[in-house]
Amino acid sequence: MDVSRSPDTVSPAAGAGGSAVIEVRALTRRFGNFVAVDRVSFGVGRGEVFGLIGANGAGKSTVVRMLTTLLPVTSGGATIAGYDLVRNPGEVRRHIGYVPQLMSADGDLTATENLLLSARLYGIPFREIRSRIEQTLAAMDLAPFAHRLVKAFSGGMIRRLEIAQGLLHCPAILFLDEPTVGLDPAARHAVLGRLAKLRAETATTILLTSHYMEEIEELCDRVGVLREGKLVAVASPAELKARVGPAATLDDVFAALAGEEAKSPEIQAYRDVRLSRRAARSHG
Amino acid sequence: MSVSPAGLPARTVDQSSRAFRYFEQVFGVCAAEVQKLYHDPFELLTRAIQPVIWLLLFGEAMARVRGLVTGSMSYINFISAGILTQSVLFVAIFYGIAAIWERDLGVLHRYLVSPAPRSALVIGKALSAGIRGLSQALVVYILAGLLAVPISLRAVHLALMVLFIVVGAALFATFSLIVACLVKTRERFMGIGQIVTMPLFFASNAIYPLTIMPAWLRVVARLNPLTYEVDAVRALMLRGGSSDFGVGSDFTVLAVVFAVLVGVAARLYGRMGN
Ligand SMILES: Nc1ncnc2c1ncn2[C@@H]1O[C@H](COP(=O)(O)OP(=O)(O)O)[C@@H](O)[C@H]1O
Ligand SMILES: [Mg+2]
Repeated sequence: MDVSRSPDTVSPAAGAGGSAVIEVRALTRRFGNFVAVDRVSFGVGRGEVFGLIGANGAGKSTVVRMLTTLLPVTSGGATIAGYDLVRNPGEVRRHIGYVPQLMSADGDLTATENLLLSARLYGIPFREIRSRIEQTLAAMDLAPFAHRLVKAFSGGMIRRLEIAQGLLHCPAILFLDEPTVGLDPAARHAVLGRLAKLRAETATTILLTSHYMEEIEELCDRVGVLREGKLVAVASPAELKARVGPAATLDDVFAALAGEEAKSPEIQAYRDVRLSRRAARSHG
Repeated sequence: MSVSPAGLPARTVDQSSRAFRYFEQVFGVCAAEVQKLYHDPFELLTRAIQPVIWLLLFGEAMARVRGLVTGSMSYINFISAGILTQSVLFVAIFYGIAAIWERDLGVLHRYLVSPAPRSALVIGKALSAGIRGLSQALVVYILAGLLAVPISLRAVHLALMVLFIVVGAALFATFSLIVACLVKTRERFMGIGQIVTMPLFFASNAIYPLTIMPAWLRVVARLNPLTYEVDAVRALMLRGGSSDFGVGSDFTVLAVVFAVLVGVAARLYGRMGN
């Protein structure tokens, strides 16, 4: 049975059961007549790192903005951490962290003040605020800069602070929209390294977007390929490469998938992957 | 179930009540704005120049015009309350543009993705306008004192003054936020801001009494929240000052308008990030 297509059978506790912590069902967004996101469906398991790749304008940010409650959906829906996105956005917000493509750290505040603001917005218990801020800053290698104004930070430091902001309340899911965009290679490496550590050490589910598959393939358990608003493939990076060739770029993936689109086997592949993963998880 | 990101303590059960959390969210937003002022007080200083110009140039010149009937009050006394209110209004109106700026930067999204109710975000921003307003008021008090305006320093007057400045600034900041949500771009906001602020100021009792207005303008002024702010400020700022409507009625009008505006702004603010 395909749970993702029947929202009424998804109980509020579904996300806590250890299977899918994100279930996206035919998610669609129009801007006027333009369909930016077209019936996108996928699932992400607890603790999984899921990458959404696609060229500029493919609809990655629009998907993320819908899943983080910032943008109303046109049709379709999703269950996030066990809560219905459309009916219960307040609870969804409580359980997610979000690092947007644009800035989310305030340049006119220090790193600590930015985190203090987050702590208060998320209702982190008063006694814990100080220690959590210190530990999160340390985890992102920002401890020496705790009391510097963020506008003096480098791009990579700002990104790491934003990740710290997104993690301060220990969300079940962290959404990152193009976390490496505009960073130099060293800063990219540092940001991706932090995320890899997060993946290794915690059960936090991560959904991130990128327009370079090469960049995130090591980090991701699975990637979804978005093209002109449609999800054209969901598979592990290895499987995608196997389909297209070892030196495949995103363009090659698109080119290869365009031919398959008529038969649309990728949806089938997606289901198979998900079911097998689910089976694997229930053993573990 | 607790999930613990890299090296972080696990989530603990949050036992704080809803009301307390709401207060904390309002406080958090407001505190962040105040911290920004602390880091960069330059803007506060430049804004303090405006009331100086109004009082020294406009106030002093108009005080020579004998035709203005301001009751028992001298014109400079009369207008110092108006200028205090005006500078609070102008500071508050700036909040809409700040919101558009935050939207363009992306900082707005961190607020909107948080579980804080939109009304808490709006009130937090609005109250920080009140803090700015208080710094403006301090400048006007000092200046008016130097111009020998009889300032009332009774504790009850000062306390009520703080209340009225905070509520008034919060009200106009919220109004400004609503305009920002509707017009969406900085350029349009600048245009609309001019169109709205000036009539708001002139169609009130800030620089001339209601009694000298033509009947239609008096009606407009009675519908203008600024009139009630000025009325209360005039009664509280000056020794022997008096209120036309009663300070209690003034407060009621301002509080009700503020509450309605917060309701509207909360709805619009949530959609501003779209
Ligand atoms: N608010 C909006 N109004 C109109 N079109 C939009 C809006 N936001 C995004 N779009 C359009 O939707 C498409 C997908 O955008 P986006 O999700 O930002 O792409 P990506 O993040 O993959 O680069 C683009 O063509 C973009 O122009
Ligand atoms: Mg994008």
